[in-house]
Amino acid sequence: MFASRTVVPLADAIAELVRDGDTVALEGFTHLIPVAAGHEIIRQRRRELTLIRMTPDIVYDQMIGAGCARRLVFSWGGNPGVGSLHRFRDAVEHGWPRPLELVEHSHAGMANAYVAGASGLPFAVLRGYRGTDLAAQTDDVRPITCPFTGELLTAVPALRPDVAIVHAQRADRDGNVQLWGLVGIQKEAVLAARRALVTVEEVVDALEPLPGAIVLPHWVVDRVSEVPGGARPSYAQGYYDRDNAAYRAWDDVARDRERFGGWVRAL
Amino acid sequence: MGAGAVSWTADEMMSIAAARFLADGTSCFVGIGLPSTAANLARRTHAPGLVLVYEAGAIGAKPPRLPLSIGDGMLGETADAVVSVPEIFNYWVQPGRIDVGFLGAAQIDRFANINTTVIGSYDEPKVRLPGAGGAPEIAASCGEVVVIVRQSARAFVERVDFVTSVGFGSGPGGRERLGLTGRGPTRVITDLGVLEPDPASCELRLTALHPGATLDDARAATGWELAVADDLAATDPPSDGELAALRALTEAA
Repeated sequence: MFASRTVVPLADAIAELVRDGDTVALEGFTHLIPVAAGHEIIRQRRRELTLIRMTPDIVYDQMIGAGCARRLVFSWGGNPGVGSLHRFRDAVEHGWPRPLELVEHSHAGMANAYVAGASGLPFAVLRGYRGTDLAAQTDDVRPITCPFTGELLTAVPALRPDVAIVHAQRADRDGNVQLWGLVGIQKEAVLAARRALVTVEEVVDALEPLPGAIVLPHWVVDRVSEVPGGARPSYAQGYYDRDNAAYRAWDDVARDRERFGGWVRAL
Repeated sequence: MGAGAVSWTADEMMSIAAARFLADGTSCFVGIGLPSTAANLARRTHAPGLVLVYEAGAIGAKPPRLPLSIGDGMLGETADAVVSVPEIFNYWVQPGRIDVGFLGAAQIDRFANINTTVIGSYDEPKVRLPGAGGAPEIAASCGEVVVIVRQSARAFVERVDFVTSVGFGSGPGGRERLGLTGRGPTRVITDLGVLEPDPASCELRLTALHPGATLDDARAATGWELAVADDLAATDPPSDGELAALRALTEAA
């Protein structure tokens, strides 16, 4: 059987693409979160990462608690519908297991920063952040005057991750990737990044065209790993539903450092 | 609470009161939690044509039960349109295409500025909250903003610890000086009553009390000297239909 250079086991892909100190974006806006890839990063004990994600949820809580991250670029960090991310809070409030530097945005700012990265531009412009205290906390939010109208707008620098990791429903053996449903910010993250890994529910011989689906062509995807269930406890439309009970259950595990330590050892 | 056999909780009254303010046929950008409960209730009662917009990219979502997150599968599967996250903010929120931004808050001040970032100082927070999400631009650019939040002296503060989303900034003319295009907060619905900005001072004042709540309750749960409207209204109690619809929603979730 033909062995693709692109389709490789997840552990090999993480070992090859994610290095200590890298800037890594695991994206997924509630749907198609690359949870299995995050777990593999914990297993391989990557350190000093700058993690980027608009909506860090429980997989980032796990990576932060496991000590993978030195810095987090984000716009909303919580367990959706449940409450706090307790490992994230412990890192910010108490520096455990290590201090976590924050670069904080709004969703609109961060989405535009990805668009700029995907577009090969140095920055993005939006009508945003005005009057908020966010701009005072980071050098990454600055005023800019429209050269045509004089309107005062806001600029944010492009996001250019070393590695983007996303999860999708399907890929073919050449590494063309197809995803559909709520597609979030994944296309922009992949196109903004220097290297890209996509985990998929299944690798198929040929991608059937689907209305509304996004296709990432193989030449912008460095590696594909077949990981059925790789987005659990989030969901993959057409494959499985969101496991809301798992999100609720994480709250108890994450509240306690000892219990969380047990979770990491069992991973 | 309430007359006869029918009773309800303060949270139920809050969701029902908030739902009533969402007009049929308008579009509403829905935050998760309390706003989502009230918006879905409105769609199931008086406002079947309310267009629910969720930041994960679902426009016109018609969820069969309450979603736990802003991106549950049923939102995309039932939506009129599914768009990317950059599109939802750039094409829909930023130009003012959404009538109502419906937000929650951890802290809110007398000028309806909202904090969802930190309690305490930013560098050494007492409590690290989730952060901004879509709220700053929703608060800036939607036609108007409705806030739903439980009223307490901890949440209703003289000055928020961190301005995540702007209400009226430092007072009259605050939004205009910042170039914010939407009208800003028009109502804050709590478990005790309803607050609205005074047209002259932009300060939130109590304009309605829910059944069972007293003026003293509202004052004690407000961290500034609460102004009260001359024509303070009494919120109508929940109807049987409203309560049944709300309970069907929350029990199904």
